[in-house]
Amino acid sequence: MPDPVPSSRIVVDVRAVEKNFGEGANRIHVLKQVHLQARTGEILMLVGPSGCGKTTLLSAIAGTLKIESGEINVFGNQLEKMSGGALTRFRAKNIGFIFQQFNLIPTLTVAENVGVPLLIQGVSSGKALKRSREILERVGLGERWKERPNKLSGGQQQRVAIARALVHEPPLVICDEPTAALDAQNGEIVLDLFRQVARSPDRAVIIVTHDNRIFTYADRIARMDDGEIVEVREQDQNHTPHFEHEHAL
Amino acid sequence: MIGLALKMLFGDTAKYLMLVAGLFFATFLIVQQASVFCGLMRWTTATLKNVAAPIFVVEERVEQVNETNPMRDTDVALIRSVSAVRWAMPLYSGIQRVRLDDGSFKTIQLIGIDAASFAGAPGKLVAGHLEDLRLPNTVVIDELATERLSPDPKDPSKKIKIGDRFEINDVEARVVGICKAMRSFTGGPYIWTTYERALQYSPPQRKMLSAVIAAPIQGMTNEEAAAVIERTTGLRAYVNRDFGKNGRDFNTSTIWWYVKNTGIPISFGTTVVIGFIVGVAIACQTFYAFVLDNLKHLGALKAMGMSNFRLSVMLIFQALTVGLIGFGLGLLATSGFAMGALKNGQPPFFMPWQIPVAAFCVIQIICMIAALMGIVRLSLYEPAMVFRA
Repeated sequence: MPDPVPSSRIVVDVRAVEKNFGEGANRIHVLKQVHLQARTGEILMLVGPSGCGKTTLLSAIAGTLKIESGEINVFGNQLEKMSGGALTRFRAKNIGFIFQQFNLIPTLTVAENVGVPLLIQGVSSGKALKRSREILERVGLGERWKERPNKLSGGQQQRVAIARALVHEPPLVICDEPTAALDAQNGEIVLDLFRQVARSPDRAVIIVTHDNRIFTYADRIARMDDGEIVEVREQDQNHTPHFEHEHAL
Repeated sequence: MIGLALKMLFGDTAKYLMLVAGLFFATFLIVQQASVFCGLMRWTTATLKNVAAPIFVVEERVEQVNETNPMRDTDVALIRSVSAVRWAMPLYSGIQRVRLDDGSFKTIQLIGIDAASFAGAPGKLVAGHLEDLRLPNTVVIDELATERLSPDPKDPSKKIKIGDRFEINDVEARVVGICKAMRSFTGGPYIWTTYERALQYSPPQRKMLSAVIAAPIQGMTNEEAAAVIERTTGLRAYVNRDFGKNGRDFNTSTIWWYVKNTGIPISFGTTVVIGFIVGVAIACQTFYAFVLDNLKHLGALKAMGMSNFRLSVMLIFQALTVGLIGFGLGLLATSGFAMGALKNGQPPFFMPWQIPVAAFCVIQIICMIAALMGIVRLSLYEPAMVFRA
């Protein structure tokens, strides 16, 4: 297991963010004056019970959800001031996504799925395929680049999703419940791999999870409850990340 | 992105085939029915094609070629006296009955032409000699008549041939020629004889002249000559070109008469509209279901930074692709139908280039409607939704 990478600079700066859903009596205050920072070289985990606002905050940081008030600054760009088109281009270039349900396109091969972010950026399909195969080698699926995602196990599909999130070398990787659809064994494999390949001195990684089995993989843990960050805790730099089988929820 | 769009489309085999099938049926219904309609309308002008005279002069109230308001025989001389006319010949055209050997009757379209000039004679004889029409009780029949008037139409050896005889209204007719001709609107075969003999074959009336066919003098167009004939004689003079070519054209006048005065366009038009509705219903419903099925993948693409514009282009490209394939297969099936129809001589089938072009546009409009529904659904889909499993 590699040592934790020393954190360098703040690349995600969330200040006093508010977000509501619904109108009138049905209005739900989802994010309440949230402050959070993410730094390069670290894995930041957003944890907390279901419905506490983790995914909403992640969506806002990813620029896929408009906030009511506050500021979100990502790599010096104030997201709420960007136009829709600029935000879309910003996401394409700077953010790698890993979804809970993988969201691999079933009609594409593994390599074609991995190459999608490059195609979005306008890279030719030939170059995208070459780069996809390289990164698939890194996640241990180099031999299976031609197969359809449905031929792979859940763990392997999540590894493909990791490869897809990293193929265009984004400085920010966002993961939503990466182990929720995996059993303990696959969850461990994926997290070990993720720590190896996603963690980099130039990259910030934010993981949303309520799976306390994987908390040891974090460099910092931000705990949310009822729309607020209630605690931000640094992990011991010398700890050995491992999958907490015995505490599985 | 086009490759990605196509792989997503072709990968969902069930929906792809459903889409293609819907558009195939829509194309087939629209093109086939429109072509049969055009073929039927073309049949209404068969006499004008089979009697290839440049000008038809008819009674002043006649609007279409199958309507024969008889004129006086002296009208031929009257028209010949017009300075714009190079020649003018009498023409008899009427539906008569032939009695076959077994006692049954068949309807025929009898054409009587001038015996001296043979003006209005069939264009292409495949057997016999036109001059033999000058012999007593002789007729020239078209190829359809060789089967229709045969005692056993299914037996090729019993087809009517040169020298065979039958009766038209109890008057003997001997076949001296067989020609190619377009089938008539009534479905009966064409039989040519001389004008005088045609009058003998037909029940007597006070006036028997159906039309006078004419040609303009040199240096004058058909239209100019027709205008002069009308002005001078008070009769109606039509030119014989093709549908839509000229306001004074007898083909155009005939077809419009059938469009306005019969239920044929409504019948065929209804089927064409049904084809459109089938296309819209199947294509839109299936394509929308395809978009819904792929919504989370399309949403993921949106979250990963693909713009609404590019996603819309993908959907439009997918819709247009299935449209093109469905249209191609539909046109292919229509061609198969057309080959059978042309081989058998029926049902009527005529496909001017405007029909496939119009059908292609209709199919692509259907696809654009389907794509638009998908685009609207996708544009309402917030990329953040993709995080909510």
